[in-house]
Amino acid sequence: MSITIDKDKCTACGSCEEACPFGVIKIEDDVAVVGEGCTLCGACEEVCAFDAITIYRPEDEKAAAPDEYKGVWVLAEYRAGQLAGVTYELLGKGRGLADALGVELAVVLLGAKTADHADSLIKSGADTVYLADDDGLLNFNEETYSAITVDLVRTYKPEIVLSGATAIGRSWAPRVAAELKTGLTADCTGLEIDPESRNLLQTRPAFGGNIMATIVCPYRRPQMATVRPRVMKQSEPDAGRNGRIVKVEVTPELLESKIKILEMVQETGDGVNLGDAEVIVSGGRGMQAGKNFSMLRELAELLGGVIGASRGAVDSDWIPYAHQVGQTGKTVAPKLYIACGISGAVQHLVGMQTSDVIVAINKDPEAPIFKVADYAIVGDVFEVAPQLIASIKQRLGR
Amino acid sequence: MDYMLTEEQLMIKDLARQIAEDKIKPARAELDENEEFPHEIMKDLAQSDLFGLVIPEEYGGMGMGCFENVLAVEELSRVCCGVATSFAASSLGAYPILLYSSDEQKKKYLPDIASGAKMAAFGLTESNAGSDASGIQTTAVLDGDHYVLNGTKQWITNGGEADTYSIIAMTDRSKGPRGASAFIVEKGDPGFGFGKKEKKMGIRASTTRELVFNDCRIPKDRLIGREGIGFIVTMKTFDQSRPGVGAQAVGVAQGALDAAVEFAKTRIQFGSPIISFQAVQHILADMATGVEAARALVYSVARMVDAKPKEVSKEAAMAKVFATDMAMKVTTDAVQVFGGSGYMRDYPVEKMMRDAKILQIYEGTNQIQRNIIGQMLNKEYTRKKKA
Amino acid sequence: MNVVVLLKQVPDTKDVKIDPETNTLKREGVESIINPFDMYALEAGLRIKDQTGAKVTLMSMGPPQAAEALREALAYGADEAILLSHRAFAGSDTLATSLTLAAGVRKLGGVSLILCGKQAIDGDTAQVGPGVARHLGLPHTAFVRKIEKVAETSLIVQRMMDDGYDRLEIELPALLTVVKEINEPRVPSLKGKMRAKKIEIQTWGPEELGLNDEELGLKGSATWVTQIFAPKPRGKQMTLEGDVKEQVEKLLDFLIQDKIINIQ
Repeated sequence: MSITIDKDKCTACGSCEEACPFGVIKIEDDVAVVGEGCTLCGACEEVCAFDAITIYRPEDEKAAAPDEYKGVWVLAEYRAGQLAGVTYELLGKGRGLADALGVELAVVLLGAKTADHADSLIKSGADTVYLADDDGLLNFNEETYSAITVDLVRTYKPEIVLSGATAIGRSWAPRVAAELKTGLTADCTGLEIDPESRNLLQTRPAFGGNIMATIVCPYRRPQMATVRPRVMKQSEPDAGRNGRIVKVEVTPELLESKIKILEMVQETGDGVNLGDAEVIVSGGRGMQAGKNFSMLRELAELLGGVIGASRGAVDSDWIPYAHQVGQTGKTVAPKLYIACGISGAVQHLVGMQTSDVIVAINKDPEAPIFKVADYAIVGDVFEVAPQLIASIKQRLGR
Repeated sequence: MDYMLTEEQLMIKDLARQIAEDKIKPARAELDENEEFPHEIMKDLAQSDLFGLVIPEEYGGMGMGCFENVLAVEELSRVCCGVATSFAASSLGAYPILLYSSDEQKKKYLPDIASGAKMAAFGLTESNAGSDASGIQTTAVLDGDHYVLNGTKQWITNGGEADTYSIIAMTDRSKGPRGASAFIVEKGDPGFGFGKKEKKMGIRASTTRELVFNDCRIPKDRLIGREGIGFIVTMKTFDQSRPGVGAQAVGVAQGALDAAVEFAKTRIQFGSPIISFQAVQHILADMATGVEAARALVYSVARMVDAKPKEVSKEAAMAKVFATDMAMKVTTDAVQVFGGSGYMRDYPVEKMMRDAKILQIYEGTNQIQRNIIGQMLNKEYTRKKKA
Repeated sequence: MNVVVLLKQVPDTKDVKIDPETNTLKREGVESIINPFDMYALEAGLRIKDQTGAKVTLMSMGPPQAAEALREALAYGADEAILLSHRAFAGSDTLATSLTLAAGVRKLGGVSLILCGKQAIDGDTAQVGPGVARHLGLPHTAFVRKIEKVAETSLIVQRMMDDGYDRLEIELPALLTVVKEINEPRVPSLKGKMRAKKIEIQTWGPEELGLNDEELGLKGSATWVTQIFAPKPRGKQMTLEGDVKEQVEKLLDFLIQDKIINIQ
């Protein structure tokens, strides 16, 4: 794979420099030069009016991916006896992908005493559940979970493997991908099948969400992707669905590990569950002080929601990290997200821009938050929020 | 502007700036609000080796000079004058030892000060002896192998926080100006206690306390140099430290200027950012010019101090008086540029204005500085005539 | 004990802005910094050094200018730094990157512990750390928020989960990725900066690492980008007019009408 500039054809017009989303192509000494960081996205090739740029991809030459790989798999997220919601979201998406490819949808379920979950997964769309049920798998362990998964993949050869982009998935999937020497794309917001090549088109935000990139893994299998919770829609359960359960033999060798789980500690914190909230009222630096969050709390309670915060507010110690929404916090997709005094830095937007409805309140009409807001109020949050509270109370009193 | 700094000097500046931005900036408003001593930040400064700047390498320091100290103090002051004062006052307290102590005393006290393990403080001022330092009433009486100190020092920076105190006390009142001596007193010495913590207008992150000596017995080897040199020690100490006060002034003024320009660019009135109005531009222009002029003077005086000339009191006084008067004006103007917002504690400039005021007062009021300059001019021109 | 801290020089993404007209990223004037999460890994390594006298070696894969980041990191107290850099590494995805870094650690030899930040703020994938561990055949755990105990042959750590954390014991040699809750990084020291200036940073390429073309750079990558586009603009983008009361009442009307909230 490579990108070449034909010096004779290049006129140094600079169109490629403007078009490059990563800023790696520059005009130097009257010719275009490609620097570090080129991803072969082809934006420059497209705009060059002089055909001076050639991108060479050996997909044209190399054999297509081994087609004995068939099937879409989901790695179930199991913890403390429960299956996380993201598993059902992946099932929902996975079903669509499997149908588009005309192949089976399966779930890999590792855990302890999980037979009931296997049934529920089938009802929610899985054709097969590979069930590795052993007390030794009660707690997530990078080594054992990866070893069993790699074994299963090598045996049954799925073409696509999906997992949640969670504290578990984001450590499990990379270890598996590395062993299989295959491609893994993190935090996908879109997954589609390309009808011609049957490849999985994996779309994810890049550079904090300013740009969407579509990525492919054309000649290695399986194609792996992780997806953040609350991005895809959960599948609807169908009580009449049938499927098969394949019991995986969990041998002592597979359970060998240099990691020993000593204790599992669940923290309820202050009961913050941003992930499940339908309404989030979120505050940023514009709230100016921790005490002003009580106003947002009141508003959230009136709307049946919870409070969230930008990183700026958390870093200022106005509100605990458990409430942080954004790239280094939680991703949320509630029905209603009200951003109060939040400027809308890209790192925050990444965490909430898939909310159904976004309302933004900010003094600064140029604040980037307004680019994603469905409803914009340019004003002083210290006037608007109390008015919201008053108006809602009045309506409730009616 | 290029100040022709060496690579090492740039390192010091960058390091101080990094600490200021990463550790001091997020904490400064709260430290000011709560009048809290910045213990954690002092630990960070200790870790960074900056406490050792002016202490010779043989005593565990970095072996640098007044100029390097000025660079560091300026960067810290840009973000918080109060924290910078806590830092700078430690070298103020160390200078008497550095300049006049015996080798054993230096070996005993300087390494801990250089590493930041212990802080120092300088105790001269009393309620009846501010500008008139000769009026001090704290006495030190020799009693066998000990000196016994009695009296009260007022408004001592780092009082209570420091472990090592350089104290000026009267040993022989009959000798007038030659009757004072300098001593090293340690926290924990019997009879040495602290008064209440003062509530101040500004530099509230700096702790200011009374030092109370009540038959405080210290071993006689705590005397710095010999009896009678107390005021000379004081004057020479101030020659070293006054450029540092000038640096504080340049720093706080720069911080105020930065904030004012940023604000003026974003504040829109009458359809334009206020920086586009000539009235505002002129204020900012005068602020910026004042900062550069003061910086140039402070830097050149600091370099002069490091060249160890015979006399530097006039220049040190000039650097202090010019820079601190400038800082008061610049920080006040910054509040003005901010308008109503400048008056609100949510914005950083009112604190800078409150902080700047002390710079015109401590380490010799600006009136005393002018006295010094005037007297030195008289002396110099008299000498010239004779030559 | 030999500790390796993997670090990456990244653009300061909070300064990366998009030009709304051309949909391209403006990267001029964007500073290059040490990936913030790697600073926490570095601090964790330095604390182990303080505790046990371990040697801390920094390793980074990047273009020649990444040496600046290594030199900056040396000032905090690390002992040595190695840069993996070569034209052949350009265009690496996380697979090729983790293979290359693993080769670097392998060449260094005698490593007990590898520390990395949880993710790089430009790629955000969190994949390289686990990949390096797997290529070296080492156990790893990710999102470590506390190292409770350091012994010669094992560590006891707390590993963050979405609902709390797990405490586990991991045998050395091993790899950990860390989150920022793990510590508060120290400030660099002046002596450290001066020492760092004099330390020679070695540079290793494919030859030194014993890697062949097929495993490197674009060729060694399993994934690549086929398309870049601007995110879909959102919904109504309606600005509510009027005085505060009017704005609020209109908003509530819309939200109730669309069944977003229910406060009747």
